Amino acid sequence: MVPASYFLIVSAIIFTIGVAGVLVRRNLIVMLMSVELMLNAVNLAFVAFSRALGSADGEVIVFFVMTVAAAEAAVGLAIMIAVFRNRETVNADELNLMRW
Amino acid sequence: MPLWLFIFLGALSVISALGVVIQRNPVHSLLALIVTLMTIGVLFIGLGAVTVGFLQVIVYVGAILVLFLFVIWLLNLQSTPMDSGHLALKLLGALGAAALVAELFAFFVQTPLAPPAAKVASDYGSVLQLSNSLFSDYLIAFEVTSVLLLAAVVGAVALARRAPAEPESERAEPRAARSEGW
Repeated sequence: MVPASYFLIVSAIIFTIGVAGVLVRRNLIVMLMSVELMLNAVNLAFVAFSRALGSADGEVIVFFVMTVAAAEAAVGLAIMIAVFRNRETVNADELNLMRW
Repeated sequence: MPLWLFIFLGALSVISALGVVIQRNPVHSLLALIVTLMTIGVLFIGLGAVTVGFLQVIVYVGAILVLFLFVIWLLNLQSTPMDSGHLALKLLGALGAAALVAELFAFFVQTPLAPPAAKVASDYGSVLQLSNSLFSDYLIAFEVTSVLLLAAVVGAVALARRAPAEPESERAEPRAARSEGW
């Protein structure tokens, strides 16, 4: 049996890659994908702990996280379509209406 | 799950997660993301959470990523050069990620390795066990989830739809002009 810590390490690495993606990439779609990466890394940690503690609670939380991720993707992509229609770009640097 | 399988899957998921961030073409990023999510699903199944693993594949790869692909193709983004970006900003982002790595590493060094898995029930990860928990302890959260999904659907339609006034006037204008011309 693989110890739970190994899963946590993989989860931490993927989460960090997701954070780096949101910070470094400027394409809104790729930024949204990086957010999905972070959510999945957290899911992996939840399931690893759920297994280590032998309770189903972690799995139920993963279920809810998936639901929230689906809602977030739907609304985020709808916003992206609206932004692209108005500005003809999905580059986060060029969307500077609310920036100083 | 044997250790070699875990190492293979873990390495695959990390490498493809890197691919999501590194690839320039959004479609390639998406393909890398699909590999990552499938691998994480297999890791779930390897951990014994079979139901959640299959849900992961169905919900993420089947629904969410297809939605991403639709939007990429709808906006015709696969050919546009992206990421002009300031170098300083990227450097700052990389620095932030490195700080997070250092912090997590410090935590992992300090905490002792988790003890071997506690004794788990024989039906761990089954649909029965998951739904027992979902429909008793988490019933209210489950019901609230349906409201969240409804709000997301309504919000997505409202956001992605064109403002109704604009196309109406556009459509009305030429028709009026044409009737005048006739």
